[in-house]
This record gives sequence, structure tokens and C-alpha cells, in this order.
Amino acid sequence: MALQSLDIKARSATTTPSPSARGEAVKVAKLIDISKCIGCKACQVACMEWNDLRDEVGDNFGVYDNPRDLTDQSWTLMRFSEVEVQAGKLEWLIRKDGCMHCADPGCLKACPSPGAIVQYANGIVDFHQENCIGCGYCITGCPFDIPRISKKDSKVYKCTLCSDRVAVGMAPACVKTCPTGAIVFGSKEDMIHHAEGRIADLKERGYQNAGLYDPAGVGGTHVMYVLQHADQPEIYAGLPKDPSISPMVALWKGITKPLASFGLGLAVLAGFFHYMTAGPNEVEDDEEEHTS
Amino acid sequence: MQVTRRQFFKICTAGVGGSSLAMLGFSPTAALAEVRAFKLTRTTETRSTCPYCSVSCGLLVYSLGDKAKNAKSEIIHIEGDPDHPVNRGTLCPKGAGLLDFVHSENRLKYPEYRAAGSKEWKRISWDEAFTRIAKHMKADRDANFIATNDQGVTVNRWTTTGLLASSAASNETGYLTVKVARGLGIVALDTQARI
Amino acid sequence: MTNHWVDIKNADFILIMGGNAAEAHPCGFKWVTEAKAQRKARLAVVDPRFTRSAAVADFYAPIRPGSDIAFLGGVINYLLANDRVHHEYVKHYTNATYLVREDYGFEDGIFSGYDAGSRKYDRESWNYQIGADGYVMVDETMQNPRCVYQMMKQHYARYTPEMVERVCGTPKDAFLKVAEMIGATAAPDKVMTIMYALGWTQHTVGSQNIRAMAMIQLLLGNIGRAGGGVNALRGHANVQGITDMCLYSDVLPGYLGAPTDADTTREDYLAKRSLKPLRPNQMSYWQNFPKFHTSLMKSFYGKAATAENGFRYDWLPKKDAPYDVLHIFELMHQGKMNGFICQGFNPLAAVSCVKKVRESLAKLKYLVVIDPLATETSEFWQDYGEYNESDPAKVATEVFRLPSTCFAEETGSFTNSGRVLQWHWAAADPPGEAKGDLEIVGTLFYRLRELYQKEGGTFPDPVLNLDWSYAIPQVPQPEEVAREFNGKAIADVTDPKDPAKVLAKAGEQLATFGHLRDDGSTSSGNWLYCGAWSQAGNLMARRDTADPSGLGFYPNWGFSWPANRRILYNRANADPSGKPWDPKRKTIAWDGSKWSGYDVPDMRPDAAPEENVGPFIMHPDGVAHLFALKGLSDGPFPEHYEPFETPLAANPMHPKNPLALQNPAARIFKGDQADLGKADKYPYVATTYRLTEHQHYWTKNVLSNAIVQPSQFVELDEDLAKQKGIASGDLVKVSSQRGYVRGTAVVTRRLKPLQVDGKKVHTVGIPIHWGFVGVAKQGFLANRLTPYVGDANSQTPEYKAFLVNIEKA
Repeated sequence: MALQSLDIKARSATTTPSPSARGEAVKVAKLIDISKCIGCKACQVACMEWNDLRDEVGDNFGVYDNPRDLTDQSWTLMRFSEVEVQAGKLEWLIRKDGCMHCADPGCLKACPSPGAIVQYANGIVDFHQENCIGCGYCITGCPFDIPRISKKDSKVYKCTLCSDRVAVGMAPACVKTCPTGAIVFGSKEDMIHHAEGRIADLKERGYQNAGLYDPAGVGGTHVMYVLQHADQPEIYAGLPKDPSISPMVALWKGITKPLASFGLGLAVLAGFFHYMTAGPNEVEDDEEEHTS
Repeated sequence: MQVTRRQFFKICTAGVGGSSLAMLGFSPTAALAEVRAFKLTRTTETRSTCPYCSVSCGLLVYSLGDKAKNAKSEIIHIEGDPDHPVNRGTLCPKGAGLLDFVHSENRLKYPEYRAAGSKEWKRISWDEAFTRIAKHMKADRDANFIATNDQGVTVNRWTTTGLLASSAASNETGYLTVKVARGLGIVALDTQARI
Repeated sequence: MTNHWVDIKNADFILIMGGNAAEAHPCGFKWVTEAKAQRKARLAVVDPRFTRSAAVADFYAPIRPGSDIAFLGGVINYLLANDRVHHEYVKHYTNATYLVREDYGFEDGIFSGYDAGSRKYDRESWNYQIGADGYVMVDETMQNPRCVYQMMKQHYARYTPEMVERVCGTPKDAFLKVAEMIGATAAPDKVMTIMYALGWTQHTVGSQNIRAMAMIQLLLGNIGRAGGGVNALRGHANVQGITDMCLYSDVLPGYLGAPTDADTTREDYLAKRSLKPLRPNQMSYWQNFPKFHTSLMKSFYGKAATAENGFRYDWLPKKDAPYDVLHIFELMHQGKMNGFICQGFNPLAAVSCVKKVRESLAKLKYLVVIDPLATETSEFWQDYGEYNESDPAKVATEVFRLPSTCFAEETGSFTNSGRVLQWHWAAADPPGEAKGDLEIVGTLFYRLRELYQKEGGTFPDPVLNLDWSYAIPQVPQPEEVAREFNGKAIADVTDPKDPAKVLAKAGEQLATFGHLRDDGSTSSGNWLYCGAWSQAGNLMARRDTADPSGLGFYPNWGFSWPANRRILYNRANADPSGKPWDPKRKTIAWDGSKWSGYDVPDMRPDAAPEENVGPFIMHPDGVAHLFALKGLSDGPFPEHYEPFETPLAANPMHPKNPLALQNPAARIFKGDQADLGKADKYPYVATTYRLTEHQHYWTKNVLSNAIVQPSQFVELDEDLAKQKGIASGDLVKVSSQRGYVRGTAVVTRRLKPLQVDGKKVHTVGIPIHWGFVGVAKQGFLANRLTPYVGDANSQTPEYKAFLVNIEKA
């Protein structure tokens, strides 16, 4: 198995350096070409099937999006938007939402629990739920609003980029299943090259602002989009234009880490006993509102 | 964005807690930081065809066990066959979800019978089912078979029992069914294909 | 499909109309995205709704449900008026130059020979002028007003862009844009493909919708070419195979016309179907009908079928009526049927008008349902409240429900839409006591035969003598059955040109239907499938991924009927001299001594171009039919008629002739006429359709599909929603004259009101897929709404255009 402790590049709340004996790994990436996406949701089904997840059977609430939102059981989701960028020309933009696997992952930076979030040398950001304390800070730290906490076990879940498949040399389940090849997978370099070809094709078809979404604010991502209207990512169900890591996380890195290194006092033990007896903290609504 | 006092407190507590727990030796070790084991290792792979639409995508069906005498196979995963010229490993949401069709709670598992006027099913044996259906069919055929029409032309047809055939059955089933239906004289024969 | 799935990648232009390939056939649609990405192909979608196919199209044009012929007729007129015609192809490969009888005519919407009383045409005048030599008369200059080309030109002159806009509601400029894209492929080095499905078949003019498109493809010279053809995207995994096996009343396996009361003797029956050539040198392949039919009789009745007893033609049931599914349920409704077997078919959900189907099933003495899943049909008697109101105490039907295997637990072959037979293998044991279909059918027949042996009964001969030489008679094995339908030599089969040469020794599997004989020396359960299991073994199980042409034929993957041919009519990919129209997309060509290339030639291999053997070898005249002759029941040229439920008071093409409002040759039963609604009470057009997340009524039993599309909804435009005070997410009730459904409203810009004949027409979208059995949320069967009337030729019900009202529930 290729991905193991030796392949960890970064580990949440860990001050010791990561192993570095192995040379540079190939950085992987998933490229989602929205202009080829037919919104069939095969990726959603393949994801739940491979990862042994089954969400609730919900209800239609007036749109095609189902389930209604990402959950601990739904790690990816199609978001449908009916827009008219050019008056009178309807476009049905369908964006596969899910973890972007940031090169500079806000979730990992925000996570206070050692080893609950790791980043592998190939770029995959993975959650290790056995280490998750359910504090929800990764949710705050994520500029894309991706991780979801489970009501059942109070742990946080998200797309693993099928790290188990990638580890044995296979493409993620969503990539393999995609009927139109709207989702492709390979080295990040190859994916950028593939995107260039797609963008040229889109420009030839009249999409002058077609472009690649690989936002620099998070160090680039290992899940990228080809957008017909790269100048307006927001029209794709609120894809952030310039995502960056929340100042909350900067604060944690800047202030609380030094505090933590010195703090072996009663407050700490109190906090620990609180966790052991009352369970993890829930992320509360007011907090989410203020941090969004 | 702003950080409230309460949030600040929480961050500190959690942060301090996290780091200090590690120092106290409560940290789960790095040995656990390994990706999920690949779930198909040593499963049996069988080639199949998707039963839904007529693209007829190639499938790889993965089942537990190696078909040894004492093990019963159980299908645990289905994905596209990359060698298949049409689907090249891809599957649509129906094909990707076939595992839940195979294991649907609404799969029928034994023959059932609903009597006239009854409001429930009764489980019956295959033997009973075949015996009773055959009796019904024979009684109807014997009573209503038309050997010749009004003009005296030999027509040898049975019009009072009909058959609707599936478009999801195999060619072999289709052939055997049409052979039996025509052999019995059935003319009220149609298929899902019409619709 | 005349072509096949991968071949779509060879197209320069793709039209999706009368279907929604991205949603209903996503993995086949991949080849559209490949054509776009690799060939810079363009994709246009014409549909009442902006579908998920439209979401990735280069151009989308809206159309009112049920007005496709007006649109396509408009395209035909555009091509003829603007000279977007592949002239050489049309002249040599179609009947454009043939002369039509003087007594054929068309007046005010009605073709010659109509009888209003029976709603039927006497089709005698829809025919060619035959010369003294017994062959069709032709005018190579195509100037004769009675030649097909001129007749067609005249017929479609009425279909102006303005008329298209008026009938279809498609804005004129949008129509012209599509017509222009289509017209560009008249160039010999450009090819378009059409992908359609039930959006064209489920109309009372269904067959004519498809004919209209076939005419367009012929005018453009796109049939028989890589990247071209007329491609029906079929709905079920083996709908093609079951159609080929002919599990319907009209035909016997291999599309051999089934005998009727009129076919009193075997000789007459065979002669009528062994069509003689209508032009010199034509192959008229149906001349071989007696070989196919005799071989079928040998497969059915084995040793009992001999030359002396006419191969037991007398045992074959003769039909006296259509016996299509609508007719069957009509008979059942009239109390004329006692028993019914549903094999993997859920008619309560699939046949139009639930009310009538439920009443019919309740009149049966016994119903047998064979299915892997619990179906609505098997529970039609059960009270499911509003979803299925029933008082079981009053339903006397005895119901048997037999569990069958699903694909994963069985071995056998499916035929895909591209006519490729592919073998699959069982991966696990069936759940509980479920049995394979072959065992269920086999055992049931075995028991019946035992009863006839023991007790005797009415006319037991065919039952006792049906060839049943399976190793385990109760459980025929798929390999045995496949070998049987392929066929074998019963005696040595010799070469007619050289009797000393043995083509197949007695007992051997046959390699081709070319070896079938009409003297009882061969058997074959389906001549089209001959070659699928030859002496070389099971060719359906082949998995060679080599593609020497790069055109995606994969000639050694599975087996493609007929004769492993991947593109039908491929002779037409070359010009009359045998040179491919487009050398880059060559499939076959004349190499100086024979036809050769990447595909199996659809032509006698040694037919030199000078012999002028036409590429449409099944036709007695060797050419494709722009004028359909007597082929269809409702006219030799497609004509626009309104759906049986229409928002319009008159057919805009024939405003003064009420007889021509709807298809005058479509059949409607007495009681069902009264169940048709009118626009005053039901002012909105409704259309039913599939969603990509579901497969008919199966996947509501599949948890993962239920999760991604959980509950019933209906779609409507913003304008109508505003008018009715409906917001997205509201519960709405949609009713027709026949019933109602309730679902969540999806208010969308993807549906738009259209201006039709001076009137604003709204379309309400009704996705199917929900019912009262399943793991998805319970819902109403969509066919509670639909009318009990079908296409004049195929009797496919009119699911795609009918009238409803909608209100907040």
C-alpha cells in the first residue's frame, strides 16, 4: 500500500516534522469540466457505493439537487444553477461539489486534534475519524464549506479523493464512473494540460471567458474545475471567487499554538475531562454565521 | 469575519487540549494514519452486462469468496468494465448503484400466492406454484382453444391467456419463451419493447 | 440503431430530438462528448424541455410536444428549397427517381384510399408505376411530376419556416439555425447522426416521426455511413434482443411475419413474403424467407416437422387480430381473457391509463407475475390508499408471484441498441429461492407437457412435439438455447454452385444464415442470430478490444447481427463506383474484385458496381424509400397531425378538415374515446419522461437511486407558476380526464410557454418513476394521467403529448 505514514506531508496539530525520506511524490489532481457535465449524479452514487455510505431518502424541494446538501453520508453533490449570462441564452450549469483538496488546507490548519487530518505527499487531504474530536474547527477552516459533522458519532466527514483507490493505482470512484469524462484524474500537471485543451475548445465555441479554477488563495487545489465563465465562479452555485483560509485559522496558528505549547495547567485537564464526559463540542449556529 | 470572545475561548481550549493531550501520551499513533484498506483485494471478479438501458455497459461484479466449496458468494461491489468498448469503465447513476438493486429489500425470495378476495400473500413452494399454474393454463387452453375459424380454416390459436415478455430478459429466455408461447398456441403475446 | 454507440464519435453534427440521450443513455452519450472534443462536432437539441442533454449542447431549440413532423417536414422543405441535398446519393440509393401511380393523391390532410368508417386506408394506390417489363418505371432526370422527388417537394412545400413556428412554437430563427446545421451535412464529406428514443415513438404519429427523420438522413446521404444513420436509443438492456426474438404477435423470431387467418396454406404464406425484385439485378433478400421460416419450424418442432407435413405450418397459431398490448388489455377489459403471465413486465405502471389496466386485471381468473422485484402489477389488488384504491375482497383474480433472478445471478446474452450480442456470466447465487427465467419457463412447460401426456386434452400435438431435447428438460441451460437459436445443419449443407463442397456437416453449428435451407436440412431459431454460436464457439463472449479501423467497430467484440455487421447499409458509404464518399471514414469499398474493408459488407461480396445492386438489399427495389409505399398504415409521406389530446381546435395545416385534426388512421377503442379530455377543462400540454437518476419503475426499489432522486415532482414554467400562484417546492396536483398525480412543483426556466397558432401554450413535465412499491418515497404512477391510444402502426401509447390541468394541492 502506497499511502501510509511515510507518505504524510502534513498532520494536524502536530509539531514534530513529517517524514521526508521519500522523494517528491507525483501530485495528483481531479479535474471537473463543467462544460461536459450532464448532472447525472453517477459520481454521487459511485461515491456512496464505494465508500459504503447511504444518506437518508429525502424529498424533492423544488430543484434537482438531491440530497439537499453535503452530509456525513454524502461527500459529493451536484449543484444545479439556471443562469443567463447572455440575456435570452439559458444555461444549466451543474457543478459537482465536494472537497477541493487544497494544497494549503484550511481544515488541517484549523484542526486541533493530532492526526485527525493529514495531507499526503500526493496532495490528498484525508480525515482520520478515529482521531477526530468533533470540535468542528475544520468546518470553520474550510473556505469551501465542505466538511460535515455526523449527528450519530459527532465526527467530521468529507471526500477522501478515494485515497484507498488512489493508493493502489486506481482512479477515484467518481472519476471512473463519469459517463461523459467530465471528471478526469491524473497528475496535476497532466490535468492542467488537459484543461488547456478544453478551454481552447470552449473558446472556439464562443465561451470567451472559459478558464481553469485552481485558486491561488489556498495554494491551488487538487480538485480543479474547467468553467465556461471563469470570470464569474459565483454563478456556479456560489463557488468562491477568491477563496482563502479563514482568519480564525490564522488566529489559531498565531496565538493559540504558542499558548498550547506552554499550557499544561488545570484548564487543560478540565477541557480534557469535559471531552471525556460530555463528548465533543458542537459547532453552534452563531459561530457559523459569524465566520462565514 | 470577526472572532467572538466565546470563539476565542473555545479555540484556546481546544487547541491547548489537543496539544497537551498529545503530550500526555493520549495521541493516537501515526500507525493509524493510513488510508482505508483496498476493499476488493481477493474478491472474485465476474464480467457482466448492465440490465438497465440498451447501452448495455460492461460490468465488473465483485463478490466475496473465491468460489470455494464451503463459501457462499456475496456481491459487494460493482463497477464498470474498462475493456468494454462502449462504456470503457464508466457507469451512469443507475449502473453505479446496481449493488443496491441486487440487494434491494424488495427482491422477491420465494413463490407467493394471493387467493381470490384475499388481502394477503401466502408463501408457497415452487412445486405447488408450478402445479397450480399449469392446471390453470391447461384448463383454460382445453376449454378455449380455437382449432378452426368460422370459415373452417385451421388457425390453432389460444386467445384467452396472454403473455407479456420482459425486455430485460436474456435472448435465451426470450427464445425459450416465444417457443413455448407459440407452441401452446398463444397469440396474445406482447413485450415491453412496444412501450 | 443502424449504426452503434461508439460510432457516434465519427459524426460531425449530432441532433438529439425525440429523446434525451444524456439523461436516458449517459454512457452512450459519452460518444457525443467524444465527437465534440475530438472532431469539433456540434450538438443541437430540439426538445420541449431544456434537458440535461441541452445543458451541454451547442444549440437548443424548444418545440411543442407532438409537433415533430411539422418541424421535420420544415427541415425537408428547407433542404429541398435551399439545395442542401446529396444529389448523387439520392439519385442512386433512394426511390427519388421512381414514378408513383397516378391514382395516389393527398388532399386536405388525407391520403388517397381513406375510409372514415373503419378509420383505415386502402393502400393500393400508394405504389409505383410498373412498366411492361415488370419493373418500376423511373425518371432519371427527376423532372416527371409523378416521380418521388417531385411528389415529395410538392408535399413539403407547405412546411415553411413560418408554418413550423406556427405549429411547433419554435421561433423561426431557432428553427432555421437547426435546419442550417442539418443542411451543412449534405456535403459528401460531412455526416450527421440523429439520436432519438421514446420522445418520437410515444405518439399517435410515432412511426411517421421516425420516417420523417429517415427521409432527412437520406436526402443528406447520411445512412450507411460511419458517423451517420438513424439511431433509435432503446430503453432496456435487451429490448433489442427481445424485439429480434419477436415476443410479440405480429412476427416470429427474426421478423418473419406471423401467419394470419388469411394465410391459409404454407405455400401462399411463403410466397406472399418472398418478395421478388422490382428493379433489375436487385438482391431483394426476403426472397430467402422460406429458408428462414423452414429452419425456424425445425427448431420449434424438431423431427416432427417434415417436408411431407409442411414443416407443421398448421401448428403455428394464426392471428385474427392485432394483439398488441393495448388490444390485449382491451380484450381483458371486455372480460375475454382468463389468464395472464407477466414476465419481468409491470403493465400497471407501463401500459397507459392505470384505471383501465387495474379494472382489466381484476377480471382475470389468474395472473402470474415473474419478476426479481415486487411490482405494482403483482399488488394491483392491494389497497394502497390514494395511490392504489382497491377493495381486495372484491378482486377475484388469483395471483401467483414467482421470484426470478436478476442479471447478476444469470448467464446469457443481451443485445444492445447497436445490435451487438454480448454474453454475461453469473456472479452469485440468487437470493432465497429465486430461480432463473429459463428454469421457470422450462419447468412450467415441462409440467404442462406432463399433464397433456397423462390426461390428454385439446389439440395436444404441438405441446407434445415441441422440440425439447434439453439435457435437463426442466432447466434448459443458456448455452443449449443459444446454440439452438443459432442453428445447425441437420443434414450436410452443400454449396449450391458446387454440390461436392460441404459448407457444414450434419450436426455442426452453422456459421451464417447464408447456409440456411428450405428443405429441412437446417434448423435456426432466429436467422438473424445465425453465426452467434458457430462451430467456432460462442462469438457473443468475444472480448477482443482491437479496433483496426480506429472507427470504433471492434469487430471481434461480441457478435453483431446480421453477420457481425457493425453498420447497416454500409454499401452506401461509397459512391456508385464503389469509392467511399469520405475516405477518412471508409467502412468498405470496391477493391476491383470484391467489397472489402473494415466492416462486413452489406452487399453480395462480388457484386461489381456496374451491376447497380442497390445498397438497401432487403427492399425488392434495392433502394431506400423516401416514399414509403404501403409500408405504413397512415401514409406514404409523414404528415403533421395533432395529438389525440390537443390544445388546438384545428390542425393549423388543415384548419377546415376536422378529419385531419388527428392521425385519421390511429386506432381508438370506443370507451377510450370518451376518456379523452378537452382543452377547456385541461388547458395545458403534458409530457412524460425519464430522469437520469432512475430506470423506469425498477430503481425506486434501489436505495442509492432513491437517495439521489427521492420523490415525485412535476415541472412547470415560471409564467404558468405565477399565474397559478405556485412556487418551487409547493405540492401540486396534476389532473387529466383519466386521473391525477400529486408531486412537488419544480418551477423552472427550462420550460417556456410557446406561441402556437396564436395561442400561448404551456407544457407541464411529468417525470415517471414513482409508484406505491419501493424504497423511494411513495408516489403516483404517471400513467394514471395518460390516454389509451397508440401509434397507428406500432400501437405505442401516446405518453408524450396529452392534456392536463394543474393546481396547488
